[in-house]
Amino acid sequence: MNDSHQDVFDNIKGTVGDVTVDNPKMRLSNVDVFYGEKQAIFDVSLDIANNEVIAMIGPSGCGKSTFLRCLNRMNDTIPTCKVTGEMSLDGEDLYGPNLDTVLLRARVGMVFQKPNPFAKSIYDNVAYGPRIHGLASNRAELDEIVVGSLQKAGLYDEVKDRLDAPGTSLSGGQQQRLCIARTIAVSPEVILMDEPCSALDPIATAKIEELIDELRQNYAIAIVTHSMQQAARVSQRTAYFHLGKLVEVGSTNHIFTNPSHELTENYITGRFG
Amino acid sequence: MDKLHLDQHISQQFNNELEDIRNKVLAMGGLVEQQVSKGLTALLELDADLGNEVSTADFEVNKLEVEIDEECIQILARRQPAASDLRLIVTVIKVITDLERIGDEAEKMGRFSAELTETGQVVNYRKELRHLGELVKSMLRDALDAFARLDVDAAIKTAARDNDINTEYESLSRLLATHLMEDPRNVSMLLKITWCARALERIGDHSVNICEYVVYLVKGRDIRHISFDQIQSEFLSKP
Ligand SMILES: Nc1ncnc2c1ncn2[C@@H]1O[C@H](COP(=O)(O)OP(=O)(O)OP(=O)(O)O)[C@@H](O)[C@H]1O
Ligand SMILES: [Mg+2]
Repeated sequence: MNDSHQDVFDNIKGTVGDVTVDNPKMRLSNVDVFYGEKQAIFDVSLDIANNEVIAMIGPSGCGKSTFLRCLNRMNDTIPTCKVTGEMSLDGEDLYGPNLDTVLLRARVGMVFQKPNPFAKSIYDNVAYGPRIHGLASNRAELDEIVVGSLQKAGLYDEVKDRLDAPGTSLSGGQQQRLCIARTIAVSPEVILMDEPCSALDPIATAKIEELIDELRQNYAIAIVTHSMQQAARVSQRTAYFHLGKLVEVGSTNHIFTNPSHELTENYITGRFG
Repeated sequence: MDKLHLDQHISQQFNNELEDIRNKVLAMGGLVEQQVSKGLTALLELDADLGNEVSTADFEVNKLEVEIDEECIQILARRQPAASDLRLIVTVIKVITDLERIGDEAEKMGRFSAELTETGQVVNYRKELRHLGELVKSMLRDALDAFARLDVDAAIKTAARDNDINTEYESLSRLLATHLMEDPRNVSMLLKITWCARALERIGDHSVNICEYVVYLVKGRDIRHISFDQIQSEFLSKP
C-alpha cells in the first residue's frame, strides 16, 4: 500500500450501517483472511439474510471474492489461505467438528464468473451433484430433478430436445444458466455468485437477473458484481468493500440514492477515491 | 455546488455535462428572477411596453426548460447516475419545472399590466402590491441562492418566510373582495389586481418547493409534507 492508500485504509473505522439482520441464514463475525503473510480481509462482520439478495461491490482487489469464498469454506482449498473469525449457517459453526465440507458446499452453492460446465452432456452436468449426494433413488427421480433444475434456471425449453449434447456446446449465457441449474440441483440453501454475468450480453444478463429474483423466494443469495446497475437491480441489500474492509452496508435503495460513507459515494458515482 | 464534488468524476466528459446543466439552471434562475422583477415593475408603474416585453420573453424561459430537461434525460439514459449525482438530476428536473411556472406567473403579471395600462384604468392597491412583491422577490432570490450554494440552513429559513407572504396575500385579497362588492364599476381592474396578487403568492409557493429540493439534494431527505418544527430540529445546524 502506498501512503495515500494507507491513509484511506486507516480512516475506515468499522462498518457504517447494520451488519446484522433479524433472520440471518448465515452470520459472519470478525472475519480475517490472510494469504500467507498478506491480509486480504480485515475484521469483517456481515449477516446473509434469508430470501434476500445481497450485492457485494467494491474496487478490484478489495476482497469481494475472498469474502464470498469464506461462506462455503472455499478458501480452505487454497493452501496459503488462512481464515479466522466466527462463521455459521443456521447457527451451526462452519468450522464445527461435525461439519462436512462437501455437504456444506452443496448447501452453500457457488456460481462462478466464467461458466464452467463439465465435459459431459447437459443432462449429466445437472445430474452430477444429485448423484454424488445420493439425492435420487431411481432414474425417474433423477430425471425429475434434472428437468426441474433446468426449468428453474430458465434453460429447459431451449435444451429439452438435446439433453445428450455436451454442455460446452451451449452459448455463454446458456452455459451460465446450466451452471446455475447444476448449483440448484442439489437443493442448496444459499447461492453465491461471483460476477455471474460478466461474460454475458444484456439479454442473457436480464434472464439471469430475472432468475436471481425468482430464486430469492427459496434461497439466500450473495452476488459479487462490478456492475452498479446490476447491484441496484437485483439486490435488496448492498455491501461496499474497500481495501479488505467492509465500509458500508445498507438497503440497496439507501446505498444508491444516499450512501452514508464518502468512499461508497465516490465509488458508485465514479469519482476519484 | 462545491459540496457535491461535481468535477471529481473519473469521466471528464461527465464532469462537463453536469457543469453545463448547473450553469444553465443558474442562468434560468437569473432570467426568471428578472422576469418577476420586470413584471412587478410593469404593474406598479403601469408600463405597457415593459409588460409586453415580459410577456414575449417568457418563451426564453420555456426554451431553457426544454433544453435542460433534454440534457437531464440524456444523462439518465447514458450515465445512470447514482447517489448525489442522481439527486442532482432529479432536483434539477424539479427546480426547472417550478422555475418555468414562476415564469408563467411573471408573464401573467406582464400581460395584465399591459392590459390595465392600455385600457387606462385607475389602479389601486399599488402600495400593498409593492410590499407583497418585494417579499416575494427576495424570497425567490434567496431560494435560488440557497440552491446555488447548496445551503440547507438558508433553504429552510427562506422556506419559512412563505407564511409572511401568505398573510400579506390574504389581507390584500380580503381588501380586494370587499372593494369588489362595493364598487362593481371597477370589477375588471380589481379582478386583474386579484390575479396579480395571486400570481405573486404562487411564486412564493414555487420558491418553497425550490428550498425543499435543496434539502433533498444535500441531505437526501424529502421534507415535503413534514412539519416545520420537525424540519428545524432535524436539519437546521445548531448554533
Ligand atoms: N490465491 C491468492 N493468493 C494470494 N493472494 C490472493 C489470492 N487471491 C486473492 N488474493 C489477494 O487478495 C486480495 C483480494 O482479492 P480478491 O480476489 O478477493 O478481490 P476482488 O475484490 O474479488 O477483486 P476483483 O474485483 O478483481 O475480482 C487481493 O489483493 C488479491 O491479490
Ligand atoms: Mg473477484
